[in-house]
Amino acid sequence: MTDINAYEATPEAEFGDFVALLKPRVMSLVVFTAFVGLFVAPVDVHPFIAFCSVLFIALGGGASGALNMWYDRDIDAIMNRTQTRPIPSGRVDGGAALGLGLVLSVISVMMLGLVANWFAAAFLAFTIFFYAVVYTVWLKRWTPQNIVIGGAAGAFPPMIGWACATGGISIESVLMFALVFFWTPPHFWALALFMKEDYHKAGVPMLTVTHGRQVARRHIFAYTLVLAPFALWLGLTSVGGPLYMAVAVVLNAAFIRGGWQILRRAEETAIADGYAVEKRVFKLSLYYLFLHFLALLVQSWIGGW
Amino acid sequence: MALRTEHEIHGRRKSRNVGLGVVLIGFVALVFALTVVKVQQGGLLEAYDHQPRVSMTPIVEPVAPVQEVQQ
Repeated sequence: MTDINAYEATPEAEFGDFVALLKPRVMSLVVFTAFVGLFVAPVDVHPFIAFCSVLFIALGGGASGALNMWYDRDIDAIMNRTQTRPIPSGRVDGGAALGLGLVLSVISVMMLGLVANWFAAAFLAFTIFFYAVVYTVWLKRWTPQNIVIGGAAGAFPPMIGWACATGGISIESVLMFALVFFWTPPHFWALALFMKEDYHKAGVPMLTVTHGRQVARRHIFAYTLVLAPFALWLGLTSVGGPLYMAVAVVLNAAFIRGGWQILRRAEETAIADGYAVEKRVFKLSLYYLFLHFLALLVQSWIGGW
Repeated sequence: MALRTEHEIHGRRKSRNVGLGVVLIGFVALVFALTVVKVQQGGLLEAYDHQPRVSMTPIVEPVAPVQEVQQ
């Protein structure tokens, strides 16, 4: 008989594990686009109010990330890329992630309402709901168009930033939404072409698997075509200007060219050169979004049309 | 074998406690700074502060002055 007992390993998370639940890398996109949306708005905002607004928008985005990780803990455990996340790796208890997500959602929405205005706060609440419920619970496992509609969640932050300053919606903020919204599908499908993840094993329908890689290539090209007019239209509004227009023309031409190259490639050619073009276009898509918003920021600083 | 009082688990627990402490102190500082900014901005500073608020008191129609009848 032995007196040695092996206890169930209790999850003993460190602080960084809870930070990881908030998806810091996604948060960086939220912070940047929300800040630009707020900065280019025609209403002056006190710098500290602006700082707090962006902070609580980011916190709301983080909260929806935690809710996403709580709901997706079953499929995260199956896919290689997500196995090291805090919940599937056993460092954070699922219930703790749910609690953190819910509490941070309430705090971020209430604080944004107090800091900026209640329209922006309601908008943030809707965004959290959209990402955590509409995308994660409903669309993600149901349709290969999941990332198209789910991309709306990532496209709302500049609109929320704009709403923090102005208290409403206008054509400029809707076009900033469209810029991120139509950018998301080519960005993710280019990634899906060369990342060959085990989504299907986890039961998540991805266009590359459900409809084939050639269809995904066609979709990428189509979305680069749809995206360009919205990017240029934004340049014609009050937030645009010569600098933004120049940047937008160059980047959209490059993105459409990349989409065209992806479309014209056969799968065999892509395998042969290790998906060089797909990887290049994916990298370009990162610069595409960053430089568009940076151009808006600089344009607003130096003055527009 | 010497018993180690400081287990790796304690380190992780400590990081959680310190992290939460920093976040809470930061939040308090943030709310305080926000209060200062909001008060400085003035704006909608109107509260129930034992003064009649003209914007809430009912509108009183001015009464027509009674004409004195001269005899």
